[in-house]
Amino acid sequence: MRVRVFTSAAAALALLLTGCSAGDDPEGGPIRLRFQSLAWQKESVDANKALVKEWNAAHPGIQVDYVQGSWDSVHDQLLTSFEGGEAPDIIHDASDDLADFAYGGYLADLTDLLPSRLKSDIPARSWETTTFGDGIHGVPFLQEPRVIMADKRILESSGVRVPTPEHPWSWEEFRRITKDLTASMGEGRYAIAWPLKEPVSVSLNLGLSAGGQLFHRGADGKVTIRFTEEDGVVPGTLRDQVNTDLSASRSTLGTGGSDALPGFFGGRYAMVPLGFSYRQQIAQQAPEGFEWTVLPAPAGKDGLAQGVSPQTLSIAEDSPHKKEAAQFLDFFLQPENMVRLARGDWMLPTGTAALADPSLHTAKDGWATGAAVARHLRSAPAQSVRGYPEWKDKVATPAYQEFYSGAIDMAELRKRLVENGNLVLARYQRR
Amino acid sequence: MSTLRTSRAARFGQYLALLAYLVFLAFPFLWLISTAFKPAPELGSLHPTWIPKDPTLANFRQAFDEQPLLQAAGNSLVAALAAALIAVVIATPMAYVMARHRGRLATAATGWVVVSQAFPFVLVIIPLFLVLKNLHLINSLLGLVMVYVVWSLPFALWMLTGYVRAVPAELEEAAAVDGAGRLRTLVSVTAPLLAPGIVATALFAFITAWNEFFFALVLLKTPEKQTLPVVLTHFLGAEGVADLGPLAAAAFLATIPSLVIFAIIQKRITGGMLTGAVKS
Repeated sequence: MRVRVFTSAAAALALLLTGCSAGDDPEGGPIRLRFQSLAWQKESVDANKALVKEWNAAHPGIQVDYVQGSWDSVHDQLLTSFEGGEAPDIIHDASDDLADFAYGGYLADLTDLLPSRLKSDIPARSWETTTFGDGIHGVPFLQEPRVIMADKRILESSGVRVPTPEHPWSWEEFRRITKDLTASMGEGRYAIAWPLKEPVSVSLNLGLSAGGQLFHRGADGKVTIRFTEEDGVVPGTLRDQVNTDLSASRSTLGTGGSDALPGFFGGRYAMVPLGFSYRQQIAQQAPEGFEWTVLPAPAGKDGLAQGVSPQTLSIAEDSPHKKEAAQFLDFFLQPENMVRLARGDWMLPTGTAALADPSLHTAKDGWATGAAVARHLRSAPAQSVRGYPEWKDKVATPAYQEFYSGAIDMAELRKRLVENGNLVLARYQRR
Repeated sequence: MSTLRTSRAARFGQYLALLAYLVFLAFPFLWLISTAFKPAPELGSLHPTWIPKDPTLANFRQAFDEQPLLQAAGNSLVAALAAALIAVVIATPMAYVMARHRGRLATAATGWVVVSQAFPFVLVIIPLFLVLKNLHLINSLLGLVMVYVVWSLPFALWMLTGYVRAVPAELEEAAAVDGAGRLRTLVSVTAPLLAPGIVATALFAFITAWNEFFFALVLLKTPEKQTLPVVLTHFLGAEGVADLGPLAAAAFLATIPSLVIFAIIQKRITGGMLTGAVKS
């Protein structure tokens, strides 16, 4: 009896598993494109799925299958899919993750595939983020500046000048104001909390405003690291706030953005610099009556410039239907659709037509501040530098962490970033 | 008297250490449950509480609304149960041979088992992917189960070999003297004594497969095939931003099946051990 039960169970299991095997598309049917999206917030997923549905309804001959990916693991998952020849036709990712895939020949060159409408709608500075070698390997469509989320009541009651995109704080003024603000807030409270779990991107991207570049490409195309006085402005200001002025909380140095929000809501910090999309979390989690506002990051000699790595859409080189995939991208990134995607992700579109949409210029939830900052966004300094991930992990992250905590000084930071960094880059550029 | 006092103090210390360990183990799980029932404003509170002030099921509703959790749980259950069953069926006779017939081959096999545990996932995933692709087993639970079986088999074998060695060979010899054949001895004498080991090994294989993320992520392409750990990552955004409430709710639900299975099986492990003790 037991044997019979076991045999039946095994047979049922085998049938179930066999039934779950992958099936091939029926021959002669419509072209099927797999679109792997990394949208994750409900509004964003809804916008993505709705657009796919609209496309499928209007194009019975080219059907798009929506596949959910995740930011957490996209690189490994794509790498394996590329190697195995099973990559999705249309790939959602971030521009700073594309370099190795583009140079590895996994992503199609979109230069001749994209319509001129889309090419001219997105500014050249955004296209730079997805241009590797001579080819364009992704369409940058959503971008996210770093802004300052501020407790409106603390800011207004302190009487400090509230910055606008037209009249932002300079880095010197910002340091002075955070010092004064901290003094007015009382013990255990700080004007600012810098969540610096990822110190490299914050330092490099905001550093552009002060003219910091760090990575310099020579005439031979090779990149070297040089640390100029401008490169020290932003890191120096942050370090002074934490260690000299005591106007920035030391405890948030090793934390991520979400970790600083409870302290922000509780009045422990008056300001927290965060990515623009964090507004959604604030809108959802802020206690009733909490008034918050969005301020532009401080400006240096290059104004409000800062580096970004936009979200991108690429087409796999192995896709047999690149032309059809490009048609889908053209539809997906029509200005009105880009606005839907941007609002769903609480980010900013790269397209100029989409960015002009009135719904992205309202004061509510700080949309207008972000839209005003958008035209100053540039390609992140190390965007297409081969060897950057290794430099970031092994050299820059520990060096910046020690610098911000006060363990090393500016000279030591410079030495480590440049000397150790150039050794790493040289290794990649020999190939 | 002094010895008694020392003994009591030692026992008190042991209980204290055990309690501390239990608290350490329980903390993340209890915090997960607490988070799952907290409304959004409480998740961002500067002074978080163990018991939600205004408990809500909204996180569970949102989790189910946004992701196909039930379907994913079904896929995980099928994959984990199949992997556990197949791993045990294959490993049991192999473990018996390795334990009872010591020789160069058995030693080499044991060495291979140990070495194979040292391979990182990323090293094997691409060749494995290509093999499964040629077999048309990408995006298939059958392919995933095969990977899980292969992945859990070495440790299962190692574990079961230890259990087989713990069964006195004299019992089998006695059965042989009483006239039992080889198969009869294995089925009637050895297998019942091995039951707790088999159950423990199956549990290990089940939990390994139930929690596994990387292979499932890479091998399963379409949403309807994805397993629970893969679907849970859909609550995470770029740079570690998380939809904390629904993520906690979904993660809490994901722990329930393994807890239930463990609760059922652990009695059997203990019972089986006692049975074995009486027989020997």
